[in-house]
Amino acid sequence: MALLTRRRLLQTGMAGIIGTGIAPMMFTKGAWAQEFCNNPTGDTVTFGFNMPLTGAYADEGADQQRALTLAVEHLNGEGDGGLLPTFSSKSLTGKGVLGKKVAYVTGDDQTKADAGRDSARRMIERDGAIMICGASSSAVAIAEQALCQEMGVIYMAGLTHSNDTTGKDKKRYGFRHFFNAYQSGIALGPVLGEAYGKDRVAYHLTADYTWGWTQEESMKNATEALGWKTIAPVRTPVGAGDFSQYLTPVLNSGADVLILNHYGFDGVNSLTQAVQFGMKDKTVNGKKFEIVLPLVSDLMAKGAGEAMKGVYGTSNWDWQLKDAASAAFTKSFGAKYGQPPSQIAHTSYVQALLYADACERAGTFYPPEVIKALEGFEFDGMGNGPTLYRDTDHQCFKDVLVVQGKEAPANQYDLLDVVATASKDSVTYDPAIFGGELGPDTAAMC
Amino acid sequence: MNALLMSRRDAVTLAIFALVVLTMPVWLQPFGAAYPGLMQKFAIYAIFAIGFNILFGLTGYLSFGHAAFLGVGSYTAVWSFKLLTMDALPAIAFAIILSGLLAVVIGYLSLRRSGIYFSILTLAFAQMCYNLAYSVLTPITNGETSLQLNLRDPRIIDSALAPRPAGLPSAGLFGHTFTGLEGFYFCAAALLIAFFIAQKIFASPFGMMLRGIKSNQTRMNYTGFNTRPYALSAFVISGMYAGLAGALLAVTDPLAGAERMQWTASGEVVLMTILGGVGTLIGPVLGAWIIKYFENIFSAFNEQIVSRFFDFLPAGAHEVVTAVASKFVGEGWNLTLGLVFVLIVVFLPGGIMEGVRRIAHLFDKSRRAPKAPAKLSTQPAE
Repeated sequence: MALLTRRRLLQTGMAGIIGTGIAPMMFTKGAWAQEFCNNPTGDTVTFGFNMPLTGAYADEGADQQRALTLAVEHLNGEGDGGLLPTFSSKSLTGKGVLGKKVAYVTGDDQTKADAGRDSARRMIERDGAIMICGASSSAVAIAEQALCQEMGVIYMAGLTHSNDTTGKDKKRYGFRHFFNAYQSGIALGPVLGEAYGKDRVAYHLTADYTWGWTQEESMKNATEALGWKTIAPVRTPVGAGDFSQYLTPVLNSGADVLILNHYGFDGVNSLTQAVQFGMKDKTVNGKKFEIVLPLVSDLMAKGAGEAMKGVYGTSNWDWQLKDAASAAFTKSFGAKYGQPPSQIAHTSYVQALLYADACERAGTFYPPEVIKALEGFEFDGMGNGPTLYRDTDHQCFKDVLVVQGKEAPANQYDLLDVVATASKDSVTYDPAIFGGELGPDTAAMC
Repeated sequence: MNALLMSRRDAVTLAIFALVVLTMPVWLQPFGAAYPGLMQKFAIYAIFAIGFNILFGLTGYLSFGHAAFLGVGSYTAVWSFKLLTMDALPAIAFAIILSGLLAVVIGYLSLRRSGIYFSILTLAFAQMCYNLAYSVLTPITNGETSLQLNLRDPRIIDSALAPRPAGLPSAGLFGHTFTGLEGFYFCAAALLIAFFIAQKIFASPFGMMLRGIKSNQTRMNYTGFNTRPYALSAFVISGMYAGLAGALLAVTDPLAGAERMQWTASGEVVLMTILGGVGTLIGPVLGAWIIKYFENIFSAFNEQIVSRFFDFLPAGAHEVVTAVASKFVGEGWNLTLGLVFVLIVVFLPGGIMEGVRRIAHLFDKSRRAPKAPAKLSTQPAE
């Protein structure tokens, strides 16, 4: 056990210096020498699909994956082409994007911001993804959107309903086709007023993160405008599983409407448990007790089953819509997977197509040009009627559907009834109300 | 100069370790892991595990709440980015100080008990910290949404020195922003320093004292040593290591989420240490690398990849093997990890390092007569 001599220290020190000094230059040269992040040079272009395959929103993630796989097939000219024939922009030909075949990589964001960023990073840094699409939670979407802005990769958000995604936390590289909580409030308010009257007391149970907060705020504003009162809201953790401790105080609070700002398994669990508590059959303040689920999907309606009957909510899209595009997408999805697509499948599919189309129209994958092609883009034939991708906040504006759980479903997929449609104009708002800045579009080297 | 003196064996270990860490971008290439995001994680979680091992490996006190320090480190670093500057050094300094202070408080209270009671106390404190971060302290931590940088953050020092850049800044050193592999080399440098300090602790009289606590605390007390300050110091040091790891997580990706403090994260570092080999220097590092590798690579496998891998098999067997194997990758990667963990604990109770020792011993025997076993087994506290 000889002590370290001066000579030995110098030797080991030199080894360290050589290691630190030379190694970076040896191995990084070339790896990042490109015009912009992940410029596709071969004959394929890689899309990164990042969705929750585990966690509270795993059902949604599974459907998202189905739809995105389908989108790649259609972009490469396989299958029946899906929405390509109905899409108003005719630049997509089914020969890939800009002559390159579309390949894809997938990742699991675990419904967690941290894990989502890790996974997105892997797809960008290792797999060379030119675009990231996915997420079913606003917390994840906002975190990934910020990462993509940093790395100079376009982010096409999947299902994210928080006002912050295209509001306070909007990013130049982030785009959202899905609607938001504010629009839900505008659409749902009048329907609720008509069905339940102007004199109601609402109790909010809210998922404790950005989406829950903004939806609670939007619903509060919309219902208070009707003349409803609001009891101080209760925040619940995401993925709580058992909501009974939060539901117990509801009936003694004097409230006669329960608004569940929950999504995915959380929404299914809290709604089912509320119904098990007998809330739907109670009478409070001389009025029938009601439950509202402001954001609802087919998958949740399926999970909640009986409990969903008669409950109001809003949706981005429904497979039973009668227009040609919706029918085409439902047919194409159904042929491949034997079940109708949910709203998250639709929005993710559309996002992938919109990105591909923007690249075609821009004539390049260079992100600043693609961003320009998407900003202010007006299109139709995607199942939502005429739609605008607003340039000031990268939010899509289109009709919003108010849905209600069907009392007598004709089959296991016939779960939601579209009872009203809020027009595109009525749900358009001033982007300034949410603040935020898009930031620059300078291409990064990732 | 005296502080840098170390045994020849330690110096060689450090040199080899440095070489292995710094050449990661090369030798990880065939494993599909040579991208900055994952290599940074390798370095950071190795620091976390080394620090944890200073407490668990030396004193035998099993803490189930180390993720709390990791989380505090991350939050502190992100706040330093938001309020002061994007420079990594102040963020790291604040993170280490704050997590150290928290460790003093938690350690002072928890170390009044040992064994399982200590573990439960630390778990309880960590869960408290998690719930604080998740809901009570939402204005500071932003809850489930996670704390992130914002265009409107004050960043007092940065904005005084230079005009604000458009867009979100990223972390760096002395005005130079990390890009590509630089973030990894920064973390690697921190790992080497952390490893060096751990080596010094292991070799010092202080380390000997900690080992004494592990083998028989009562006897230590009877011989007149007050063991509690030693145990507390070890606890605080390992808390500061966790704080450093947390800060580095924020440096490489300026976002701090509450799930970083959850009990699963505390459990993970225990797994890393046991998997690699408790009480050894290299073991926890290996454990951290293996777990992070599994988490990132295995979880990204899907059925198509597995199916392609088993292409050589005949049609019937191919389907069966694919169906079985695909349960162990993707979402099921935890299953694989659990299996590996069970195998290691059953057949190699000393972790991977015991395996390495056994193999080395085999070669040793073939050359010359076996010497005494390399290490005497010690008894855990209580």
